[in-house]
Amino acid sequence: MNALVTAAKKEGTLNVIALPPTWANYGTIINTFEKKYGITVNSTLPDGTSQQEVDAVKQENGSPKAPDVLDIGLAVALANTKLFAPYEVSTWSDIPAAQKDPSGLWYEDYGGYMAIGYESKFGTITSLSQLLTPKFKGAVALNGNPTAANAALNGVMLANLAEGGTPSNISKGVAFFHQLKQVGNFNPISATGATIKAGSTPVVFNWDYLNLSSYVGVPGWKVFVPSGVALGGYYAQAINKNAPHPAAARLWEEFLYSQASTGGQNLWLQGGARPVEQQAMTSAGTIDTSAATALPTVSGTPVFLSQSQSSDAATYLATNWANAVG
Amino acid sequence: MTVAATTKTGVRPSWAGRRPHAPTWVGTVPFLAYVAIFLLWPTGIVVIDALKNPDGAWAFSNVSEFGNPLIRGYFIGSFKLCLLSAAAGSVLGAILAYAVASGDPDGLIRRLYLSVSGVLAQFGGVTLAFAFLVTIGPVGLLFHASWYFDFPWGIGLIYTYFQIPLMVLVFMPAIDGLKVQWREASENLGSSAWQYWRYVGGPLLAPAFLGGALLLFANALSAFATIQAWENQIAYIVPQQISTAMSSEVGLSSVNEASLLALGLVIMVAVVMTIYALLQRRAARWLR
Repeated sequence: MNALVTAAKKEGTLNVIALPPTWANYGTIINTFEKKYGITVNSTLPDGTSQQEVDAVKQENGSPKAPDVLDIGLAVALANTKLFAPYEVSTWSDIPAAQKDPSGLWYEDYGGYMAIGYESKFGTITSLSQLLTPKFKGAVALNGNPTAANAALNGVMLANLAEGGTPSNISKGVAFFHQLKQVGNFNPISATGATIKAGSTPVVFNWDYLNLSSYVGVPGWKVFVPSGVALGGYYAQAINKNAPHPAAARLWEEFLYSQASTGGQNLWLQGGARPVEQQAMTSAGTIDTSAATALPTVSGTPVFLSQSQSSDAATYLATNWANAVG
Repeated sequence: MTVAATTKTGVRPSWAGRRPHAPTWVGTVPFLAYVAIFLLWPTGIVVIDALKNPDGAWAFSNVSEFGNPLIRGYFIGSFKLCLLSAAAGSVLGAILAYAVASGDPDGLIRRLYLSVSGVLAQFGGVTLAFAFLVTIGPVGLLFHASWYFDFPWGIGLIYTYFQIPLMVLVFMPAIDGLKVQWREASENLGSSAWQYWRYVGGPLLAPAFLGGALLLFANALSAFATIQAWENQIAYIVPQQISTAMSSEVGLSSVNEASLLALGLVIMVAVVMTIYALLQRRAARWLR
């Protein structure tokens, strides 16, 4: 570890990509890392998608500006493992086996559950069908196009599960959004922090860590999770095989998976995201308990889409989404 | 006024005879190089990628995707939006241009309109979408409407915001080209205002008008950021689907699909610009 710190300090720089400073506490995480190790973090394309991260790795291969580390959706990670260097952080055994690649090419980092965030002026939402009432005219939005953005695909899946659908067949979710569109409640504006703050997208299907009042900056912002529907999703970390700063990249991973009170795992938790080592940290007592209890509660057995369920959903959406809400 | 730097008549500079005359095409090399690098090369990449499969092998059967109702839907969407915004933009823009042109040629109004048009013709993208959002969006300052989400009518209305000023800019020279003597001549021959427009003004302006309309059509074809910021949860038009095909993180990304769609756009633009060039040639006959 000491040798790694020395080597990383010598490199002096770390290139990260697609890390919005307000997303899962990344602003603080980057600052803490910079201060702790005296390494400059170059953050590019903060609002990029996972696919754009991979494209940057390919296009800037060999350049000193190429991304060193990736925070990436699982579907994209699995399709691009040949770009990654295997690495096992020192807390490797605390990552549940199902949430990491056995050879260390990728490892899940943090995640959350899908939730419906909404402005308090709507009162309290207790069921999905309420969203079809006239009160929600032009209000209900997704975080992007479900054929492109993972969060939006999971938004449709959330409706699907709440409507009694199964993870391997998303059609009931698409049917729900078709109904929303027909009653005029579907809002096609892409929900971002800015649109939520401006009130243009007052109801948003999104990950719970992006649906926090502190994240969206709307006082009284509430969260609704349909009962018994715990649709989870985790992002994954990976190191660029040809990283221009290989030691700094590995030190960054060590920092992100550190269970210290100012380590990456607890910092993610403070940003409302559930760190992958949460269970081990709870048993070991290293978790930030006040941040952990502040998380929205979800009931039911957690569902994580498998690779084939996710790609079946994407295929169904590719042919049916445009017709359902167009 | 003194003319200093000339040599005496008949005395040629000593190097004059030795300088080789560069062929006339040399002057166009920078331009051609620019076109090759920034237009032909990227177009070539698009065409080649469009005709390959993800493994890099040739797949000419990709072209049959243009028959896929989904893919066709994006082109129909693009066509509708362009047609609507070009039609509204060209008619309203032409009327506005005529109104402005019939005023004082050096007047304040005209200068104001032209410079404002110059700015607004470039006012698109996220800023334009946001401007409409805060004006008539769900929490708009003026009123709250939802019809503007309608495709193509709502988004078409937003597009006219930059289409009308562009039409004013491109149509104004044609109106200025209408000589007042022609009007006097036709009046001297006893024609009514209607007859003047039907037989003189209208035919003279028609090529410029149609050319302007086609330019607006091509302009709307490539406008992407406005609609993407306005409503991006569904792809209505080709550029949006290209974006989805380039950046999908749910396993639907395909450079080849994106390139094929781009190829379709290249063909659409080529057709439109060919017609535009033909009309311009006709309009240029009397615009000198």
